[in-house]
Amino acid sequence: MIEIENVRKSFGSLEVLKGINLTVQKGEVLTIIGGSGSGKSTLLTCINGLETIDAGRIVVDGTDVHAKATDLNKLRRKLGIVFQQFNAFPHLTVLENVMLAPRKVLGQSKAEAEAMAVKQLTHVGLGDKLKVYPNRMSGGQQQRMAIARALAMSPAYMLFDEVTSALDPQLVGEVLDTLRMLASEGMTMICVTHEMKFAREVSDRVAFFHKGVMAEIAPPETLFGAPKDPELQNFLAATH
Amino acid sequence: MFNYTFHWNQALKALPQLLDGALVTLQIALLSMVIGLAVAMALTLFRLSGNRILSGFTTAWVEIARNTPALFQIYMAHFGLGSFGIHLSPYTALLVGIAFNNAGYLAENFRGALKAIPETQARAGRSLGMTPLMAFRYIVMPQMLRIAFLPATNQAVWAILMTSLGVTVGMNTDLAGVTQALNAVSFRTFEFFALAAVIYYLIAKAVTLAARLAATRMFRY
Amino acid sequence: MFDTALTLADLGFLAKGAAMTLAVTAVSVLAGTVLGVIFGVVRNQAGPYWSIPLTFLLDVFRSVPLLIQLVLGNAAQSIMKLGWAPFTTSCVVLSLYTAAYCTEIVRGGISSVPLTTRRAARSLGMTWWQDMRYIVAPLATRVSLPSWIGLTLGVMKDSALVLWLGLIELLRASQILVTRLQEPLFILLICGAIYFIISFPIARLGGYLEKRWSPND
Ligand SMILES: Nc1ncnc2c1ncn2[C@@H]1O[C@H](COP(=O)(O)OP(=O)(O)OP(=O)(O)O)[C@@H](O)[C@H]1O
Ligand SMILES: [Mg+2]
Repeated sequence: MIEIENVRKSFGSLEVLKGINLTVQKGEVLTIIGGSGSGKSTLLTCINGLETIDAGRIVVDGTDVHAKATDLNKLRRKLGIVFQQFNAFPHLTVLENVMLAPRKVLGQSKAEAEAMAVKQLTHVGLGDKLKVYPNRMSGGQQQRMAIARALAMSPAYMLFDEVTSALDPQLVGEVLDTLRMLASEGMTMICVTHEMKFAREVSDRVAFFHKGVMAEIAPPETLFGAPKDPELQNFLAATH
Repeated sequence: MFNYTFHWNQALKALPQLLDGALVTLQIALLSMVIGLAVAMALTLFRLSGNRILSGFTTAWVEIARNTPALFQIYMAHFGLGSFGIHLSPYTALLVGIAFNNAGYLAENFRGALKAIPETQARAGRSLGMTPLMAFRYIVMPQMLRIAFLPATNQAVWAILMTSLGVTVGMNTDLAGVTQALNAVSFRTFEFFALAAVIYYLIAKAVTLAARLAATRMFRY
Repeated sequence: MFDTALTLADLGFLAKGAAMTLAVTAVSVLAGTVLGVIFGVVRNQAGPYWSIPLTFLLDVFRSVPLLIQLVLGNAAQSIMKLGWAPFTTSCVVLSLYTAAYCTEIVRGGISSVPLTTRRAARSLGMTWWQDMRYIVAPLATRVSLPSWIGLTLGVMKDSALVLWLGLIELLRASQILVTRLQEPLFILLICGAIYFIISFPIARLGGYLEKRWSPND
């Protein structure tokens, strides 16, 4: 369970998160939508401790992320994150990309890590690209590799930050299909996305962020069917 | 135009001695590069440590290495350290001087290379649970070394050329030193030094070529 | 450390050495740049009959230690009975050495000017010379200037080697004082500081220009 309690975060004088309260249950798929600069990415990076917070608490399975005593490197194994930029490691083959963290962070044997990497890469449809370097692959393939790389750490939660935004339109589908597959397998996921159709299909709940505030949160039928917040109404009108 | 008879035979007869000298030259260049790379890596880590004293140390080293003559750096090792009661042999002084110079220039190369690697790379590593040092070691450093490889090759050629400066502090076993010693007894300055020049040229080209070949084998991506 | 036998006259001696360093540098960079521009244009514009031998020759200057070049230059002038003073010999050798590096810089500058820009100039009816003078030269200079500053500083530092031909430049002057006063560290530190004070600000300027003018910011 991820519990977010009254989280505030500023960059200099700019308050990016203005008291966010949110709980994500095991097995839940939450999508976050909202305009540019509304603080969606910042919230995700706060959840896995890549960013600090100014007030409030984020608790993952009982561990306070920002407590001094927390071993962030250990906590992050639980929280897979995939970014808009694929961040493939260009000097490693696809297989090596996925094997690196299990070997170095989890201390797995080569055989163990390789078996896991092959499994995850096959899962995302890259079973035939093991020995290829990332720069020989399309954006969609690189992004699926990044997903496999995160999955190879056997995380309990997956955070996705606009993973299709840097892709050519014809490649968006293959990555969204991968996310759908994960959702159907019961993975706990928080997805920041601009793909409304996708959000409607896969989400248990959808949250709308506006200027650092979570303006509305509801199951997709309610949020898209009968939006209450006027900013959300504007936002939905503009995206159609 | 001028009545001077070249005596190439004499110089060619000394070729084995010159080649022995060339080996010493290569040895110093190689050692100075190994030491220089190790120190440059340490200096780079100092710079990344976020500690002001450590990164200041790196800046000072790099700027002194780049803004004073290599010969000055060798003089510092040979004469300057004498003030501390440290008296280095010409060989050691030359090695220390060149290694100091290499480390400074290589650290600067590394800095340039690091700028070309997006911050998101280390971030991706951190989000997989790596410590900052692990992210540097397994993700950033290999990419940095690749980008810095070509400039480092140039530095290796510089190191070879710099070894010739040893003769000014009494070095007499490297190529320049041997040439100078032979010159002192034969007075066939032009012939001996021309031959030495050819050997230096061939060494420099061989090193460049070897580095190119190594690069194509090492960097597959 | 301040308990030193160094006198004001000795400092004057060092200053004279520094002046010699600057004189050798100035002459060599000036002559080397003129040659470098000519060679650079030739390398870019002339056919392979000219540019290949020239490229090889200039590469030799960059692959043989400067010290060896100085000795060879001095031996050559004595064989040819030219009777050059060490200063002349030093400047001639250093100029060629500078030219070898400068050629590469000029060539890089010229080839950084997009062909389309040059075609546009020529299609406006400009002659080759006008294209070079009004289009290529200003653009190439901008690209080349930071490297050229680096080269100038490199030559300034490398000019220390002319001490081997007996010229008393900054480093040699320091060495003479070291031998006389037996205070190696102190005197060398002054010497190094002088080099640093000349080099560092100019190097920073070069770095600044490079940053400001770099095309991809
Ligand atoms: N490291 C940072 N330093 C300063 N400001 C930042 C930093 N990261 C984000 N911001 C600012 O915080 C605000 C929120 O950024 P955030 O990336 O969370 O928005 P977002 O909702 O993800 O937007 P987008 O849809 O464009 O990705 C923006 O105004 C951004 O400029
Ligand atoms: Mg974002």
